[in-house]
Amino acid sequence: LSMRPEIHKEDGRPKWDNKFQYILSCIGFAVGLGNVWRFPYLCQIHGGGAFLIPYFIALLFEGIPLLHLELALGQCLRKGSIGVWNTISPYLGGVGIGSWTVSVLVSLYYNTVLTWVMWYFINSFQEPLPWSICPLNENRTGLNEECYESTAVNYFWYRKTLNITPDVTESGTLQWWLILCLATCWAIVYLCTIRGIETTGKAIYVTAIFPYLVLTIFLIQGLTLPGATEGLAYLFTPNLNTLKNPRVWLDAATQIFFSLSLAFGGLIAFSSYNPPKNDCEKDAVTVAIVNSVTSLYASIPVFSVLGFKATTAYWDCLDRNIISIINEFDLPEESIMRQNYTAWVNLLNSSYPEKIAGLRLKSCDLQEFLDQSVSGTGLAFIVFTQAIILMPGSQAWAILFFIMLFTLGLSSMFGNIEGVFTPLLELRVLSNSTPKELLSGVICLVCFLLALCFTLGSGSYWIDIFDSYAGSVPLLVIAFFEVIGVAYIYKIKRFSKDVEWMTGRKLNLYWHITWRFISPLLLLIVFMAFVTLQIQKPPSYAAWNPKYEGFPMKEEKVYPPWVQAICVLLAVLPCVCVPLTALFHLIKQKCRSKDPSFVPPEVFSSQGANS
Amino acid sequence: MLRVLLLTLFVVTIAHTELCKPDAQNAFKVRLSIKTALGDNAYVWDANEEYLFKAVVAFAMRRYSSKSTTQISNVLLCNVTDRVSFWFVVTDSSENVTTVPGSEVEAAIRMNRNRINNAFLLSDKTLQFLKITSTLSPPVEPSTPVWLIVFGVVLCLIVAGILFLIVAGIRQRKKKNKESTERENLEDKGEVTVTVENGIPCETLDLKAGHINGVFAADDERFTSL
Repeated sequence: LSMRPEIHKEDGRPKWDNKFQYILSCIGFAVGLGNVWRFPYLCQIHGGGAFLIPYFIALLFEGIPLLHLELALGQCLRKGSIGVWNTISPYLGGVGIGSWTVSVLVSLYYNTVLTWVMWYFINSFQEPLPWSICPLNENRTGLNEECYESTAVNYFWYRKTLNITPDVTESGTLQWWLILCLATCWAIVYLCTIRGIETTGKAIYVTAIFPYLVLTIFLIQGLTLPGATEGLAYLFTPNLNTLKNPRVWLDAATQIFFSLSLAFGGLIAFSSYNPPKNDCEKDAVTVAIVNSVTSLYASIPVFSVLGFKATTAYWDCLDRNIISIINEFDLPEESIMRQNYTAWVNLLNSSYPEKIAGLRLKSCDLQEFLDQSVSGTGLAFIVFTQAIILMPGSQAWAILFFIMLFTLGLSSMFGNIEGVFTPLLELRVLSNSTPKELLSGVICLVCFLLALCFTLGSGSYWIDIFDSYAGSVPLLVIAFFEVIGVAYIYKIKRFSKDVEWMTGRKLNLYWHITWRFISPLLLLIVFMAFVTLQIQKPPSYAAWNPKYEGFPMKEEKVYPPWVQAICVLLAVLPCVCVPLTALFHLIKQKCRSKDPSFVPPEVFSSQGANS
Repeated sequence: MLRVLLLTLFVVTIAHTELCKPDAQNAFKVRLSIKTALGDNAYVWDANEEYLFKAVVAFAMRRYSSKSTTQISNVLLCNVTDRVSFWFVVTDSSENVTTVPGSEVEAAIRMNRNRINNAFLLSDKTLQFLKITSTLSPPVEPSTPVWLIVFGVVLCLIVAGILFLIVAGIRQRKKKNKESTERENLEDKGEVTVTVENGIPCETLDLKAGHINGVFAADDERFTSL
């Protein structure tokens, strides 16, 4: 056996108060904003219920094995990400450093998204809601032009919140209201992570359970709204033809991967605080299943509300047409209702075609409104806020919704910060006498200062860049090296004995097969496909430019070369840590072996030098 | 006598039709959406309501020009449809053949729009004067933006929480330091035997041969043969 039990008796390592706290922390880390605003969108565009097939296959062959691997690794070696990989092999230390770097980069921009949520939250206490009405222009003759041409909701998001610039190269100025909210968010994160898991363990009870309560409330409310059934039917109607498109499988694989927050190092940190004899296999399966079920559960209220919004928009469209017809032909009110609208139009068109053509009636199609699918920030801050205005008691719904988003994101932030905090604590960056509070304070302060650049006018473009490049490809690479490192360098036989010792039963064949062959292969395929798709077209973005002819449509622009260089840097930096560290140790080894006075210590060598 | 009367009536009717017709000069179209505004409480548009309308417009003209010469009979309505929509003109009181300029009527209506709306229990949107735009009301802005207040409350709570935790941590550390000095005193008397270095009990460290990495314990059969 490679672990001696007595080593773990009193090593002074903090531990979880109880198992439930640990499971809840893992679930909170995995369940994040993506479960609410990315999974329903993917379900919708990839054929509804049919998307669940590639999703569950990816869960089975990629999600659960990798999750189990990380949890077992952390529990077994009882160190943060950097320490764990240094322990397995100094040549693989780069994997830990890469994880740590990704955690830092993601923490920076993720908290800025929470800043936006907080801004909307504190603006929800007004009557009427500020995103429901357009402000007047300077000379009070009409509505603000930008607002009038797009919608009030768009205006509040792009102008009042982001104050977005028309181009990513135009940085604009720092938005002071966002800075205040950013400071608050980082203060909240500091408050919760001030003593590591001692404090996050208490905070997680609220931040992990509260979203489920709110989702249930929204579920009940959503199902009572008119048009909810249309939305749900649209979401879940399976269209098996979409499965022929490889893009669907790729999206399913990446969604599972990013949804479970793998390769961040946070899960390793969480499980390293466990007692060694803990059933990590059951934990992994539990967390993965809860995450997927939460995604499904969240998509029901989201799509009920979207169905409601589409139905309301459809009814508005019909009503506007009806009013113009009634006004034109001076028919009595309520003579044309929504039900007999088409009959009337046909009748009038046959008798007075020129008049009808002159009215320029818009074609109202419910399907078209349902098809307007959005994901990400657009879903939360534009589509959902618009739907909330239409509900009775909008302030309460808005407040609930934004608190839910905030707690969802906060529990994921705990995992991110833990992934940064634990390795630093172990590397003994600060001396032993300095308290943990200082280290977490320094981390939060430095992150806050760095994240100030996301409060510029072009901040949201930069967040998209970080999200697409720092939070995607490096994770795939790091996860690949994790699986290869454990399966082939640490060797499965040794690892399976460790896991057996921890869980108390023999490792299932399923784990052997997935860890050795299926997961690495799947990761490799996903990585290649992902990179191929990215390279195929020059990276572009959609800019909000009021001066664009097609406004309120967004303007498609290409990133300038220096921005593209930054994108590549973000994607490559964490990945390059792996070979660089290996090279560094190789060179160190060579230098040492040339030194005649050097006595080689008992360093682990995978080539079995002691056999 | 009768002939004169009939002739006057005839002239007036002609004049009436001449002055008030769709798209006549100085005529305005009015459109009411009573059912939309009042739902079940909607009243029926009949001659009495028309009379009220004439009265209200005459009132508006009087108030605007402050010469009390406009009479209800000066306001002419025509082309009432089922919608409910109609055209109206205001004629000069002195001679019943010319109409008051449209700009005057417009200004009068604008000035008294609120009173006119309230007489019919309607609003700017449901009682439309098609060529007369309504002025927009300025937005209500509180002296301190509401969000700043909420923000202040949230921030105060958080700062209080942070300070509380930091102070609690410092106190806990002081207590632990005091305890560990007590322990050292006891150790000297040989009562407590656990020595701790870097938080790891010394027994687990093989102090002679350095820190053995437990993962790779010298269990030979663990190492793979080449």
